[in-house]
Amino acid sequence: MRDMAEALFRNIPSGVGARRQAVHLSKADLQGVLKRGAGWAVSQGYGTPRDLEHTEESGCLTGAEPQYVSQRALERGRPQLGSIGSGNHFVEVDYVAEIYDDEAARALGLFKDQLAITIHTGSRGLGYQVCDDSIKTMQRVTQQYGIAIPDRQLCCAPLNSPPAREYIGAMYSAANFAFANRQLITHLVRRTFGEVLQRSVPDLHIDLIYDVCHNIGKFETHEVGGEARRLCVHRKGATRALPPGHPQLPEVYRDLGQPVLIPGDMGRYSYVLIGTRQGGEETFSSSCHGAGRLMSRTQAKKSARGRPIVQELEDQGIYVRSAGRATLMEEIPEAYKDVRDVVDVVHGAGISRKVVQLRPLAVIKG
Amino acid sequence: MDRSGARRTVYEPIDHTGDLGMRVFGGDLSELFAHAAWGLFDLMTDAERIEPRINRDLTVEAMDLEDLLVRWLGELLYAFDTDRFLSASVTFHALEPSRLHATLSGEGFDAKRHPIDTEIKAVTYHQIAVEHLDSGWQAQVIFDI
Repeated sequence: MRDMAEALFRNIPSGVGARRQAVHLSKADLQGVLKRGAGWAVSQGYGTPRDLEHTEESGCLTGAEPQYVSQRALERGRPQLGSIGSGNHFVEVDYVAEIYDDEAARALGLFKDQLAITIHTGSRGLGYQVCDDSIKTMQRVTQQYGIAIPDRQLCCAPLNSPPAREYIGAMYSAANFAFANRQLITHLVRRTFGEVLQRSVPDLHIDLIYDVCHNIGKFETHEVGGEARRLCVHRKGATRALPPGHPQLPEVYRDLGQPVLIPGDMGRYSYVLIGTRQGGEETFSSSCHGAGRLMSRTQAKKSARGRPIVQELEDQGIYVRSAGRATLMEEIPEAYKDVRDVVDVVHGAGISRKVVQLRPLAVIKG
Repeated sequence: MDRSGARRTVYEPIDHTGDLGMRVFGGDLSELFAHAAWGLFDLMTDAERIEPRINRDLTVEAMDLEDLLVRWLGELLYAFDTDRFLSASVTFHALEPSRLHATLSGEGFDAKRHPIDTEIKAVTYHQIAVEHLDSGWQAQVIFDI
């Protein structure tokens, strides 16, 4: 696993100062990424059609309008496709430590002691720039519409107005960049496993369980007061968790419900859950997407100073590689809430149902 | 800058569970904006170690002073993200609420000399404040990290 951690770290660009590029994208390629999302990556050989079936919206939000993505956002995004970034983003190799629901685990293709890989990253600098650009335009728009807001960051526009529609076109393009980014990293992970284990990639059967967004606004139909209504659901610090039977689920998960991925910190565990009917009714099909921090980054760094973090984790059998020491210090396990408590609340409230617990073996950070 | 020779605070980090921010101080507006730039780079890396080797010009236009501060820092962040440019010092040729024109002195990012402390992803308008007090100028900015 030490070799695997090294190889993943070598093959997947991460960190702030990284200038390594996973792929060289032409300007036309980038337009394809923004329009087609993970579908673009698969068309270039970075994955299979099966991957797309196991991705939210088949890895592409229709309604992306790349013409509303600024030159600056394109510039920031182009060298970053296929990279993790820093902060709480990661690639992790785990094993299935506990099974809570045999039937659901089997349906997801998970069994005890099996290896599983978790990838957490998104639209990178391109997404931040789309936000930056839009906030600047929206400042004026909010004034023009005479909307009073308590904080300037909350600037807004009516959902059907031209500025809002342009923003959605740009945000969906950023979401598609994120789908393509994760698809490309999935490809790099598979290739690395093939390299390290000296096996052909198809032989390894590294099949995608599910790829889902968080921190995004999307149009969905939900029941409100007994009536089906089209709503814009903004999930911040939350992820989608569709109930069994939902038409937007792929055939394979139609009866089961949507897989919900809740990563914990790098030293303890993560969970796979599935969406429930109750969650569908009570939370607009949403669940939490992580443990949540307990310490600020500065507090965490203070508490980590002088400690051999990599060695501490290695003593627990977890090989961690990171581009920056600061990231590791900020991300020490005790900086986070115990995700078990968080997941137990989600499970107990009936919002999502526990399927398996994963424990880390190797972690790649920015 | 400091005639008394006493230690003076240029900026103070603001520590939140999820965010990071800074409170910046300056005798006048140019000092406030220069200190804000220094604070941004000091949170990202060790600002003392940035050498003024190359100059570049920057013009920023805005709706008001708060907007100007957010856009100013946003431009510096953009220059780092795309060109790896770190700024060591600033000279302002013009600075008014709707516009600033400055020359930055700095250098390209070098991983060996510039250890990354925090990746700042964006400058936000959340709780943004620029105030003129009896003692000088003070501002507050929150970053997305």
